[in-house]
Amino acid sequence: MVQAKSLCAALLVGVSPLALAGAATAAEVSIVSGAVGNDLQILREMLDIWQERTGHTANIVSMPPSTTDQFGQYRLWLAAGNADIDVYRVDVIWAPQLADHFLDLTEAAADVIPNHFPSIIESQTVDGKLVALPFFTDAPALYYRTDLLEKHGFEVPKTWAELTETAQAIMDAERAEGDSDIYGFVFQGAPYEGLTCNALEWVKSHGGGQIVEPDGEISVNSPNAVAALEMAASWIGTIAPEGVLSYKEEDARGVWQTGNAVFMRNWPYAYSLGNGDDSAVKGLFDVAPLPMGEGGEGSAATLGGWNLAVSKYSQNPEVAIDLALFLASEEVQKYQALNASRLPTIMSLYDDPEIAEAQPIIPQWKDIFLQAVPRPSAPTKTSYNEVSQEFWTAVHNTLSGNGSAADNLANLERNLRRLRGAGW
Amino acid sequence: MATTTASQLTRSRVRDAWLYLLPMLIVLAAVAGYPLLMTIYYGFTDATLSTAFSWDFDWVGLDNYIEYVDFGDGTGEYYGLLFDPTWINAVWNTIKFTVISVSLETVLGMAVALTLHAHFRGRGLLRTAILIPWAIPTIVSAKMWAWMLHDQFGIINDILMGLGVISSPIAWTASPDTALAAVIIVDVWKTTPFMALLILAGLQMLPGDIYEAAKVDGVHPVKVFFRVTLPLVRPALMVAVIFRALDSLRIFDLIYVLTPNNAQTRSMSVFAQENLFQFNKFYYGSAASTFLFLVIAMLVISFIKFGRLRLGD
Repeated sequence: MVQAKSLCAALLVGVSPLALAGAATAAEVSIVSGAVGNDLQILREMLDIWQERTGHTANIVSMPPSTTDQFGQYRLWLAAGNADIDVYRVDVIWAPQLADHFLDLTEAAADVIPNHFPSIIESQTVDGKLVALPFFTDAPALYYRTDLLEKHGFEVPKTWAELTETAQAIMDAERAEGDSDIYGFVFQGAPYEGLTCNALEWVKSHGGGQIVEPDGEISVNSPNAVAALEMAASWIGTIAPEGVLSYKEEDARGVWQTGNAVFMRNWPYAYSLGNGDDSAVKGLFDVAPLPMGEGGEGSAATLGGWNLAVSKYSQNPEVAIDLALFLASEEVQKYQALNASRLPTIMSLYDDPEIAEAQPIIPQWKDIFLQAVPRPSAPTKTSYNEVSQEFWTAVHNTLSGNGSAADNLANLERNLRRLRGAGW
Repeated sequence: MATTTASQLTRSRVRDAWLYLLPMLIVLAAVAGYPLLMTIYYGFTDATLSTAFSWDFDWVGLDNYIEYVDFGDGTGEYYGLLFDPTWINAVWNTIKFTVISVSLETVLGMAVALTLHAHFRGRGLLRTAILIPWAIPTIVSAKMWAWMLHDQFGIINDILMGLGVISSPIAWTASPDTALAAVIIVDVWKTTPFMALLILAGLQMLPGDIYEAAKVDGVHPVKVFFRVTLPLVRPALMVAVIFRALDSLRIFDLIYVLTPNNAQTRSMSVFAQENLFQFNKFYYGSAASTFLFLVIAMLVISFIKFGRLRLGD
């Protein structure tokens, strides 16, 4: 219907005498995006608005949900100078690795840059070049079932130990009552970038550092990190299903949203979907900050988020930049916040009463994302992907009982030292 | 006089033959020879994805295979493929996968081929039907099996639980004990038909009179199989095994979809892909690919030599 409408609009423009030039410049651009939940549907709705306003056409090229898979494909396309893709949705950690292939957006976005959080703009700036415009930001939440906690008389856990205890108790009680499918806790345990995010939170909240410190020092092999991983390993097969070792975001949400988990660690997008009409947990859950470690520094949330970069191989760079600016605009971010509970990157939206009403998680999450822990992509530069892979492999081995936490972390430290060599 | 004409004729025929072969040779050199040589060449340089196509890289000799790096504080370590634990692990995974899956496929393929070789009603239909797993694109079948093996929603666990074989669902693709097994199961399911077809073709070439003679002499069917069928079908079987072994050694798509980034199933090709595209170590991935090529080449040579195969005949 919308397409038919825009076709009519294009035809009308085509016959008006003024629009000869307009028709000639009506361009077709492509945006590539990975997706979880209803990301692509929301994106399509927003692109339709842009199409109607500008007369251009925008196509979505969809990607698998794993960040790791997307990155490999993007790198390949960009190295080959692929002109088919104009706008890329890029992860917050990719800027330093892909900067050379994207246009500098500093000038085009000069008016709107001050509206965004400076820390996000900074994360997308490489050597003074603004590589990508912020689309939305991310900081994970602990989802919990209000009904089950209340029924069994538990408080929302403040520490990981409390979470373990609560999850086990509720799971045992529910199973005794005949719900044989219920588990205590689900998270992202598959060997990919998502496990790096999860494990960084465990380690950091136990006071075990952030894998590689900002000065380049490798800090991951510490007693605190060992304790954190041992705690996580104890969940597998007890409060978490063994299959969690192959869960990504959507697998965890699948178990959660069918009502089969007491707790879940996930990004804010699961909030609006969990309250959807087809959700078994609609109205039965709430969110809290992730728990703290024993004697650690408090709750830690890994900084996520996605941004929009314009390929320098684009044949319609101006149109592509216009699209990126539109998608990063206040209007779109608000739409996305209301419909997909994505955290905006524009500061003023956190005070927006409409958003607070529809998605209370968003104003609540402002402080959490502001204090979120970045992954060590800045100090490790172009080696980040390998650092992350070494880290998630060590964690995955520990979780699956393949070697002890201490051995795997010692091994990890050795591998990271090898990788660093004389310097990152 | 006569010999000169003959040799002239031969020479002109040879020249014609080359002429006719030329287009194919050019195509082969362009699509197979050039990429292969470039891969080998990149393995001796420090090319990354960003520099590989602009020729903006340097020759580093054997550093990608073996290199001593001094950390500058009196300590140092050997680097390079030959000292890379991840690579060595990938080589072992690939060999393990190849040996187990090809053995299973050979035995099962032989059984299927013998069955299909017999005369019975509906044989043509069955022969076609058995090829279906082979005809499905690997990505599709891998994704399909990934769902079937899923720990919460998968049908395999549901069936096994229903039968009482297991008490709680198994996380097939996630657990390190079963990840490689899961990959092997899917590969065997997919390629047994191919193996069966090649063996069946061999079986149909066998002369019928030997079997009649064996029948007249009252030889036990099992003995007929081991003394007559197996030796006669051996050349066809060896070719099938070589085909499958080569295929298995470069396994990529199935693992990439079914158990991505899993240390227990990382094969040589997966390692190469990671380095080429994920880590931007184009040089290292090229070195790994070259190594993979060498392994495959050596295997084929030794197969042909020790299997006393005459592929030319």
